[in-house]
Amino acid sequence: MEGSYSFIHKHVLGLEDLSPDDIAFILRTAESFKEISDRPIKKVPILRGKTVINLFFEPSTRTRLSFEIAAKRMSADTFNISASTSSARKGETLTDTARNLEAMNPDAIIIRHSSSGAPRLLTRHIGASVLNAGDGFHEHPSQALLDMMTVQEKKGELAGLKVAILGDIAHSRVAHSNIIGFSKMGATVAVSGPATMIPRGVSEMGAQVCLNPAEAVADADVVMVLRIQKERQLDPVIPSLREYATYFGVDQNLLALAREDAIIMHPGPMNRGVELDPGLADGSRSVIMDQVTNGVAIRMALLYLIMGGDDE
Amino acid sequence: MSKSPILFTGGRLLNPASGQDKVSDLLVVDGKIAEIGSAAADAAPAGCLVYDLTGKWLVPGLIDMHVHLREPGQEYKETVVSGTRAAAAGGFTGVACMPNTVPVNDCRAVTALILEQAAKASARVYPLGAISKGSKGTELAEFGEMKDAGVVALSDDGLPVINSQLMRRALEYSANYDFLIISHSEEMGLSGSGSMNEGGLSTRLGLRGIPRVAEEIMIYRDISLAGYTERPIHIAHISTRESVDLIRRAKKQGIRVTCETAPHYFSLTEDAVSEYDTRAKMNPPLRTADDVDAIIEGLADGVIDAIATDHAPHSVIEKDLEFDQAANGIIGLETAVPLSLNLVRSGVLDPLAMVRLLSTNPARILGVAGGTIAPGAEADLAVINPDLEFVYSEDEIISKSSNSPFLDQTLQGKAVLTVLAGEITHNELA
Repeated sequence: MEGSYSFIHKHVLGLEDLSPDDIAFILRTAESFKEISDRPIKKVPILRGKTVINLFFEPSTRTRLSFEIAAKRMSADTFNISASTSSARKGETLTDTARNLEAMNPDAIIIRHSSSGAPRLLTRHIGASVLNAGDGFHEHPSQALLDMMTVQEKKGELAGLKVAILGDIAHSRVAHSNIIGFSKMGATVAVSGPATMIPRGVSEMGAQVCLNPAEAVADADVVMVLRIQKERQLDPVIPSLREYATYFGVDQNLLALAREDAIIMHPGPMNRGVELDPGLADGSRSVIMDQVTNGVAIRMALLYLIMGGDDE
Repeated sequence: MSKSPILFTGGRLLNPASGQDKVSDLLVVDGKIAEIGSAAADAAPAGCLVYDLTGKWLVPGLIDMHVHLREPGQEYKETVVSGTRAAAAGGFTGVACMPNTVPVNDCRAVTALILEQAAKASARVYPLGAISKGSKGTELAEFGEMKDAGVVALSDDGLPVINSQLMRRALEYSANYDFLIISHSEEMGLSGSGSMNEGGLSTRLGLRGIPRVAEEIMIYRDISLAGYTERPIHIAHISTRESVDLIRRAKKQGIRVTCETAPHYFSLTEDAVSEYDTRAKMNPPLRTADDVDAIIEGLADGVIDAIATDHAPHSVIEKDLEFDQAANGIIGLETAVPLSLNLVRSGVLDPLAMVRLLSTNPARILGVAGGTIAPGAEADLAVINPDLEFVYSEDEIISKSSNSPFLDQTLQGKAVLTVLAGEITHNELA
């Protein structure tokens, strides 16, 4: 199966651009990097001399740290630019920021931005590889890949599984990337949540829409729970977090409908007691911390692959 | 610029007002149409300019009832002079300019400034005034003062009149001044901060959508108010199937409603934004193939009265941005003819119908001169070479801005000569 395959992508902007072979290859590469993080000296020289810039226009703790650790464990030089310290607040456009960064000749730019499509705009103005760390409601490819890696570790393979995704599908780049990714790998994806949180045409992306969360969770191998935010005052999607917790939150009763060996996932950060029962989050079926661990391995693999690391 | 007599020979003269479509000579003397037909050549004075138009169309100067000239306030995007030069290059001899300038054209001072610039322009400029003060949607602007200053019709274009009572009062009060109200119909609660058509593609791209019903609900309201107040209304830039159907039904009911669409709504679908190309970002947004079909049907059966470009110049400052941050709008004056000719080539429109949509009807709706070729009338004319192929490149563009999704495409058909009151404002015949 290795045969003639080679990873040809310079950028990773979304799961939409990746083939099933690409995804499988990234997951295999990540597995091979995973043990580096268990060594006493957690550093390999693979990306020595490479410059990686974390360009974050939205607050992020976990994802940015995960990318930074991944780059450092491979000996790349990393630099963090966050919206509060960048020129963004002085009114510089993304295009100008990109041109300025380009002039300093980095090898990879990891970008998080509140506008969908911002990473693609960056690629038009920059020679470096661009890695999307989350853009608007569009995609969050490294998150979906680490989710798939985690599921594959627990379930052996992705094809044939049923994955339930619960929550605000419309405003979740994590959901979008996972719907695309798991579907490409042969899993069935069922989504559920308040109808106000289910975007039009989501079935065209490969998701099966269930109005009742019980229907989505029934016989599921994976129950993925999304963070609920109730900050959209101009676009009232739910009456209260309390009502959401009551009718859409994942608790023991709902989980009982899933397969006995079903696992629970959450991309974080979690609202305990809203979308997920606190006991379940910390319970034996939760793989939330495995997701975080695998995040570093996936990001090591992505950085390695887009910077031409598979020449050897 | 010369005002010497001009004799056009051998052109296909298309005059929707009289239904004429035949090869005919035409003589222009002293800025007026002097002779049409076989007498033209004999009447031509010695030394007059002669253009052989064999294989070309001679049509009344085109009139664009929906453009943004950006002056005053945003002269880096366009000015009255640059915008009308682009108009002339596109075959237009008249443009109606929307009032969303900075400041808004809601008073004599701004109208006067526009008309002062218009004296140097390459096309007739018909200022449109605001319906509400500052287009803020709260109080009526001073219709009487604007009428006296030279405003031809009213619109809060760019923004809808959200308050239905204000729209009703505007329609009623417009009767005193014989003003037409032009509505940008959009229910902003629904369109919100959307940046493209809502549907599967907006979901896939992660962009907030503008649902079709945001347009249709407001068109229904505007038609209802027009019927109730027994006043005429013109609906700007319609883009959906249901919008066409609503207006078709209202016309059957005898409501005095007219409407326009823009070339992009019959030429492109939402797929044009699938790479986050801000050059195809506009409001209303590009819709689906089914909507494009319905717009074309509406043009064919006459429900849609006019093709207007919604020429909306923006610089890279507004367009080279994240998709949701970029400004709405595209330039259109120089591409209206080739895009409309696509409908002639596909058999949807005959040449007379195309000229009616681009000249005769806009003149009639706005109540301005032009839109016809008649002896004694001002010589506002355009010559169209329907076959000429050209690449619409940045170098080619006359407008100050180049925000067009048709950039670098090969287009077919072009205005090759434009005449305004007997003066040549654009000439590729040399």
